[in-house]
Amino acid sequence: MRALWGLAGIAAVIGCSIVAAVGLENGEKRSGFDFMTPETQALQADDTSNPGMLWVLQGEQLWQQPEDSANIACAGCHGDAAQTMRGVAARYPAFDEATRRPIDLAGRINSCRGVKQQAEPMAPDSDELLALTTYVAHQSRGMPITPAADSRLEPFRDKGRRLFQSRIGQLDLSCAACHDDNWGRRLGGSVIPQAHPNGYPLYRLEWQGVGSLQRRLRNCMIGVRAEPFAFGAPEFVDLELYLMERARGLPMETPAVRP
Amino acid sequence: MARALINVPKTARRGEIVEIRAMIAHPMETGYRMGTNGANIPRDIIRRFACAYDGEEVFSADLFPAVSANPFIAFTLVATASGTITFAWTDDSGETQTASADITVS
Amino acid sequence: MDDPRRSHPLSFPVRRRQVLAAGLAGLVMISLPRRALARPSLEEAIKTFTGGAGVLDGRVRLELPPLVENGNAVGISVTAESPMTTADHVRRIGVFNEKNPEANVVVFHLGPRSGRAEVSTRIRLATSQVIVAVAQMSDGSFWSSRASAIVTLAACIEDLS
Repeated sequence: MRALWGLAGIAAVIGCSIVAAVGLENGEKRSGFDFMTPETQALQADDTSNPGMLWVLQGEQLWQQPEDSANIACAGCHGDAAQTMRGVAARYPAFDEATRRPIDLAGRINSCRGVKQQAEPMAPDSDELLALTTYVAHQSRGMPITPAADSRLEPFRDKGRRLFQSRIGQLDLSCAACHDDNWGRRLGGSVIPQAHPNGYPLYRLEWQGVGSLQRRLRNCMIGVRAEPFAFGAPEFVDLELYLMERARGLPMETPAVRP
Repeated sequence: MARALINVPKTARRGEIVEIRAMIAHPMETGYRMGTNGANIPRDIIRRFACAYDGEEVFSADLFPAVSANPFIAFTLVATASGTITFAWTDDSGETQTASADITVS
Repeated sequence: MDDPRRSHPLSFPVRRRQVLAAGLAGLVMISLPRRALARPSLEEAIKTFTGGAGVLDGRVRLELPPLVENGNAVGISVTAESPMTTADHVRRIGVFNEKNPEANVVVFHLGPRSGRAEVSTRIRLATSQVIVAVAQMSDGSFWSSRASAIVTLAACIEDLS
């Protein structure tokens, strides 16, 4: 009888390890940078030719600009972004006390504008919001992704993981189907990357401009012929929370360049 | 000042050939893209880039819609005298954006 | 009782003729020679640049990646062999394409103050095609180099069309 329980125990352990093996192993985590052609890599690596740096430049100017009603700039409270914003993007999304939910970097910037600067929120993926988000995230460039160790984020991260693994759209594909199970192989002419968020907001050659992670995720959903979530949807923040945990340890690359 | 990134070395020896890089934020709308409801998005590009240094225009380029958005141009100049190198981008409507950078030539 | 033939949209006699006419027009369109479709050819564009003068092969190096991940931003660089003195320099470098809606890409104006005839930029390639760079020397001669690129497109884009 004890032997049978022993066998059952072994079977359970094997079963669990098979399930845990789905997804990326720690040793094989690779940034989307590694899957690009050398020309595109060179474009990202050189700050004097990386078009994303134009948004960093704009963000730097906006950081100093006092906002109408409260007449205070980001710099008024946060000083030198290179000091105060260092590491922030590497640990976001964070738990927002006001909404009792995770909030992403762009959401935090907008909420700060509303509460502290008494200014109107910037439209999602607008040039100004992208410029500020890119500028702030750029201060974490080179730092490893280190999601906040906040237990309140767990249920949301779990929702994000389930979203990542659910099949959606007319093509009935989940994120995991391509990016966990088939990364490195080709879809059409392109190599499938592992889908890490470590370069966002980034300059996508396809957009001919800088865009947010949410814009890219919408493109993915359109790609599998699913109705994309709206900008700012809670699902996107939950998904980003999971993606950041999945990318733990990878260096931030903002502003990255991707095809 | 234009939303542009200029790369000019801060110092150079007289007669040295230096590399200049200039990139400006601009959608370079070709005029061939279709917007919503099948309406053509009208053309809006930067059509001329000019660089002036030490009293004269030393380099220029005529751009067409085939030049990428956020146009990037790299070229070389002979460092002749200390001063300001100016850059000008002129678009289809005749508007010009400018930027400049100083160079010290010893 | 409704005549089943009338209720079907294509059963109406005039519609059938319209469909046939459209089909015939389509066949004629497909059989039109390429020249009839708007833009000057690569050779015509080069001829406009040189004013009809002959173009020699050499002295110019055009660098273009053979495989392009996205046609929106393809880095190219053109180098022409020249001492770049007042007596002997490159005046202009023109870049032309084969299959974009327009043949011209960019024309650079250089001179002895350039130091070197070396330019780089990023261009758009609508599809896999040939690119040509032509350099005009101060002595009036034209030299060229050509390169071709295969252009692919990323997966999961915004536009389904």
